[in-house]
Amino acid sequence: MTFGAIAERAEDEARVAMTPASAEQIRKLGHDCVIEAGAGRRAGFDDDAYRTAGVEVLPDAAAVLARADVVAKVRPPTEAEMDMLREGQTLIAFFYPAENEALMKRAAERGATVLAMDMVPRISRAQKMDALSSMANIAGYRAVIEAGANFGRFFTGQVTAAGKVPPAEVLVVGAGVAGLAAIGTATSLGAIVRAFDVRPEVAEQIESMGAEFLFLDFEDNQDGSGTGGYAAPSSPEFREAQLKLFREQAPEVDIVITTALIPNREAPELWTADMVAAMKPGSVIVDLAAEKGGNCKLTVKGEKIVTDNGVTIIGYTDFPSRMAAQASTLYSNNVRHMMADLTPGKDGTVVQNMDDDVIRGATIAHEGAVTWPPPKPKVAAIAAAPRKAKPRDPTPEEKRAHEVATFRAATKRQVTLLVVGAVLLMIVGNYAPPSFMSHLIVFALACFVGFQVIWGVSHSLHTPLMAVTNAISGIIIVGALLQIGAGNFWVVLLSLIAVLIASINIVGGFLVTRRMLAMFQKS
Amino acid sequence: MAPGIGLQAAAYIVASILFILSLGGLKDQESAKRAIWYGIAGMALAVIATVFGPGVQNGILIVIAIAAGSFAGWYIAGKVQMTEMPQLVAALHSFVGLAAVFIGLNADIMLGTVNALRASGLTPGEVSLTGFGELLWAKTYVEVNILRVEVFLGIFIGAITFTGSVVAFAKLSGRVDGKPRQLALPPGGNANPYISGHWLNVWALAACVLLGLAYFTGAGLWTMLLVALIAGFIGWHLIMGIGGADMPVVVSMLNSYSGWAAAAIGFTLGNDLLIVTGALVGSSGAILSYIMCRAMNRNFVSVILGGWGGTSGPAMAVEGEQVAIDAAGVASALEDADSVVIVPGYGMAVAQAQQSVSELVRRLRADGKTVRFAIHPVAGRLPGHMNVLLAEAKVPYDIVLEMDEINDDLPDTDVVIVIGSNDIVNPAAQDDPNSPIAGMPVLEVWKAKQVFVSKRGQGTGYSGIENPLFYKENTRMFYGDAKASLDALLAQLG
Repeated sequence: MTFGAIAERAEDEARVAMTPASAEQIRKLGHDCVIEAGAGRRAGFDDDAYRTAGVEVLPDAAAVLARADVVAKVRPPTEAEMDMLREGQTLIAFFYPAENEALMKRAAERGATVLAMDMVPRISRAQKMDALSSMANIAGYRAVIEAGANFGRFFTGQVTAAGKVPPAEVLVVGAGVAGLAAIGTATSLGAIVRAFDVRPEVAEQIESMGAEFLFLDFEDNQDGSGTGGYAAPSSPEFREAQLKLFREQAPEVDIVITTALIPNREAPELWTADMVAAMKPGSVIVDLAAEKGGNCKLTVKGEKIVTDNGVTIIGYTDFPSRMAAQASTLYSNNVRHMMADLTPGKDGTVVQNMDDDVIRGATIAHEGAVTWPPPKPKVAAIAAAPRKAKPRDPTPEEKRAHEVATFRAATKRQVTLLVVGAVLLMIVGNYAPPSFMSHLIVFALACFVGFQVIWGVSHSLHTPLMAVTNAISGIIIVGALLQIGAGNFWVVLLSLIAVLIASINIVGGFLVTRRMLAMFQKS
Repeated sequence: MAPGIGLQAAAYIVASILFILSLGGLKDQESAKRAIWYGIAGMALAVIATVFGPGVQNGILIVIAIAAGSFAGWYIAGKVQMTEMPQLVAALHSFVGLAAVFIGLNADIMLGTVNALRASGLTPGEVSLTGFGELLWAKTYVEVNILRVEVFLGIFIGAITFTGSVVAFAKLSGRVDGKPRQLALPPGGNANPYISGHWLNVWALAACVLLGLAYFTGAGLWTMLLVALIAGFIGWHLIMGIGGADMPVVVSMLNSYSGWAAAAIGFTLGNDLLIVTGALVGSSGAILSYIMCRAMNRNFVSVILGGWGGTSGPAMAVEGEQVAIDAAGVASALEDADSVVIVPGYGMAVAQAQQSVSELVRRLRADGKTVRFAIHPVAGRLPGHMNVLLAEAKVPYDIVLEMDEINDDLPDTDVVIVIGSNDIVNPAAQDDPNSPIAGMPVLEVWKAKQVFVSKRGQGTGYSGIENPLFYKENTRMFYGDAKASLDALLAQLG
């Protein structure tokens, strides 16, 4: 069958749904590839690059739509494009069915199959097709870059001959994919990053990216696992507590990146006008939720504004498109993986398997019917997380007190042991002959040496250690050697056997240890 | 002419220092390769100094015995498979125990001989005596009594070490099954608790002490022979009562015992080299057992006495079902993964799968994936067992990490492959306060995105505990013999 990609009509859209690299992969599935002329130009892929990859370049969208059985694009189709779809044809694109119901019905009426990339269920198997995540990743990265471009200082703190530069303080609100990407980018640029999310279970992820998790001590923390890993709306009380936390942060932070979105709802207002007013001049706010009304109400969708107190608010909605080459590469890979799932036989035949969780979830129109919303997937996205309260950090005084107590207890234990041991030894020494005591001194010292030496042995060498100590315990041969000469037949026999088996032990033990040690090697 | 006592003592000092350096050198892999030579040199020096020292006779016999023993040791060490290492170490321990018993008995026989000679009124110059005999001749009454205590201890510990090691060997090599088992008397269902289980050990111990007392007051050799027999019973019964999962601790504990036996013999013979070396081995074994018990969050005493110790309440019920997967499924998940962690366990050793694992790692690393090993401190049947097997299969040791080093990385890992381990990846240790392994630190593999468990069947592990990991939604069971499974997987990755 033929796979085609058409150019994007929107002014601010530079991405393309097929790259020369993804085309090669799709052709391996047995499909022919066609593309509209100039579709990849703004993402940095010219028509010749496509031709080299074996893609046929057609003059316009109409030609592609007429030829291709499966059509891919990035943004939801325009009405004109929709009207060119024919029965049995498949369209793959971001669709946002909740907002585009009319368009979806139109597709169903025309008998076309539509796979919405934004409806791919969030299960492990479908991660390779999760275009929302790959785009969010880019958005998060780009948000930090945009913020840096509009921020008048370094991210990293420096002490130079010309003076000291404090590090930038960044607050990331919402630790989804975009938020985590922003955290990672800002941290690696050297900023001090804090992050907040309503789902306490992401605290670990935030900390793993190198940011500090702002913990909100609140009874009714939500568990995101029931909603496929997305956040749900929160109660008014929770919101108040959250805003209070942000209000404390506002005068301190230099850069705020808000990424809080709730599926199919207007973005929640998290950064209020008074917080903007409290910020230092020169600070930057990047509102990744601008498309859905913004987490800050001062945000102007698609634009960059500067407030009266000198705070820059960036409300661009086209972050992925601003990195069109990267975004196209990732999106086209997501589409390519979708094609691979649609072509199970790798024989160029598309099979619309409606029993497959991923394909079923993404399909919003099929065989003349609207198939959205999909039934719940059979596999839950994320296991429910047990609630876990973060232990309160002990205050310095408590820590100190604890250390002192531990130290005292250890001292007490050691002194007691020493006293008891000493008394016991004195009792023994009082009765035992000096020859015994001189041996006992040797014995006690050797025990101590043994204790000290073994603590340092690395775990991976415990088996060789055991083999070596085993070989060394063959020293008992010395005892047998000292006895072997005595005249008594039994003594000679027993000590001979003892010498024999002790030698087995010594030689066997050492050789085996050597064999083991010789095997350890560095990569 | 034989060198004098002074030269011999000097050689002993050097040998002791070499032994200490040899143990201390095991702190990392590179210095360990040097350390082993210190040990060998120390042992050679000790044996030569003794053989050519004063008071040793029957040189030909000695040479024959050492040659035969060395040949046997060389043969065994060359032939043994790396997976059989735990058995081998246990078997070698039994030799030390047996030697200690023999030497102890000899000491008593010689004590009798010397006493008889002394009673006959001869002077030391008139009879031919070994170094040890001369030592005995010079002993005072108190010293002879102390000697008897030492002989008793040497024989007692030696016999326990001997039979205990034999049982440990049998359990580890699968000749005896790994379940804890103790005698219940009288046989036939209604056993009397006071002559069953640990009480039998207690009675046996009491009998040994009584026999020991009889021996001090002049009873003859027969008491020591009986002590050897009864202590042998204790060793056998004690280790039979300990489950297979605890064998690593047992082997290291027996290691410690063999050291103490050597030290006791050293006291008997008045030989400082034996005392020093025995004490070194004894204390190092004890520390090793302690380190391992701490790794399992177990009480040392309860391990030694067998049984898991007090648990209360029923274990949590496990919900869900085990979902199987085939090699193709695992292969495709591996192809998509960037980071892979492999958790090997005893199952890998049993199936001799380390070469296949190594090959898998090589392929995955060639594809640019991050592959690491997570080793639990008690994985396998011997401490460090897995490291040795992986090293044998030429897995570089810098990608082999310990539990503490890797547990934090597991949530960011795409695929975890569990090969033949069970209890060390059991989430019940953290979630279920009633679980027998509650509180034991475990590898948190269930936090990874996907877990594949290579396992022979649906049975429980060595400890007989249900593992909720196998029922988790991100876990897939890859049934089959570990080696066969991995080879099938390699073919799929092809």
